[in-house]
Amino acid sequence: MNDKQKEMQDVELLIGKILRAGVIIAAVVMAFGVLLLLLQGNSGYAGNNMPASLSEVFMGSIALKPYAIMALGILLLILTPVLRVVISIYAFFKESDYLYMWITSIVLVILIISMVVGYLGK
Amino acid sequence: MITQVLLMMLVGIVAGTLGSILGIGGGMIITPFLTVGLGLDIKYAIGASIIAVIATSSGASVAYLKDDLLNLRVAMFLELATTTGAIIGAVLTGLVPSSLLSVLFGLLLVYSAYNMYRKLRNKQKNVVQNEDDKWSKKLKLNGRYYDHQSQKQISYAVKNIPGGFAMMTGAGFASGLLGIGSGAFKVIAMDTIMKMPLKPSTATSNLMMGVTAAASATVYFFNGSMRFDIAAPLALGILLGAMIGSRIMVHLKPKVIRMIFIPIILYMGIQMALKGFGVM
Repeated sequence: MNDKQKEMQDVELLIGKILRAGVIIAAVVMAFGVLLLLLQGNSGYAGNNMPASLSEVFMGSIALKPYAIMALGILLLILTPVLRVVISIYAFFKESDYLYMWITSIVLVILIISMVVGYLGK
Repeated sequence: MITQVLLMMLVGIVAGTLGSILGIGGGMIITPFLTVGLGLDIKYAIGASIIAVIATSSGASVAYLKDDLLNLRVAMFLELATTTGAIIGAVLTGLVPSSLLSVLFGLLLVYSAYNMYRKLRNKQKNVVQNEDDKWSKKLKLNGRYYDHQSQKQISYAVKNIPGGFAMMTGAGFASGLLGIGSGAFKVIAMDTIMKMPLKPSTATSNLMMGVTAAASATVYFFNGSMRFDIAAPLALGILLGAMIGSRIMVHLKPKVIRMIFIPIILYMGIQMALKGFGVM
């Protein structure tokens, strides 16, 4: 195995570790929200209402509302693959693999565009 | 409420285990269960299932990274196609009747189940192809992985890049449109079209699903079609199941994986077609 391949393996392992950390944090937050819901027996919101915006998710989480904390965990879970793309850009840059640095950057731009499209479609 | 949360976790564990073994997001198992089984509005089922797709992908890819099955360049290159397709799909959701698409995809899945069955009957060996391809060389897509079954390092080449790229755009399109992982289409693109071995195909597909689903998940997150009381326990169960699945995965033979895969694809196809015809 040459240096380049070794380096690529290290990078993939690093991405794996960060991804795992992100998933664990998201899971812990969601589990905490579920636990709170089971303990309190109410969602922190009237009827079937859910926190509808980012600020409601953050404010509700600070107020320890179960649905808001579950929403925060889900948001963290959604961001994990996005984080992986961001780290991959850096990884390819460090490897001097500029072709894949650009390809991965374009993937990130497409992801950002899709988020904007989603937000406008509300 | 407690019963529902525990039920969702159990559904998640089963779907997560199956999903990570087969390279599907678990959404295909979850959506019919939530709508047909529990009578939930399809809008909420789709919102929960796209979260399940991300949970399967992120949970399993950790293990695949360690097992060195993943081809990161193939994943990144093809994500150009899947994410673009996902945006187009998500935008077109309101314009194209999803019943028609459901029928079309259902038929396509039934066809691919038949195709895989035929491959099995031919007793075709899991041949690794090493033929050089112009695109594959230029894009540095060829890879290698350690096979636990035969206990050796296997190097492989990929081909038919434009064909695989086009199939991936369709896979992303379906994902954005129906809130599914489209893992079956991704494996078809890599395994059948690009001639990548099944194990790295499945691992790479698993990882790609998360990135593709992140795009459409944001839409569901903000447009109010996300039931957090369903999605969160489901995602937790999926994460557990994905860990179980990826442990089992490395000890299976490609043929066994295919044999499990065929009835699932067939089931998915019939289910989608029936849904499109309005039977379900």
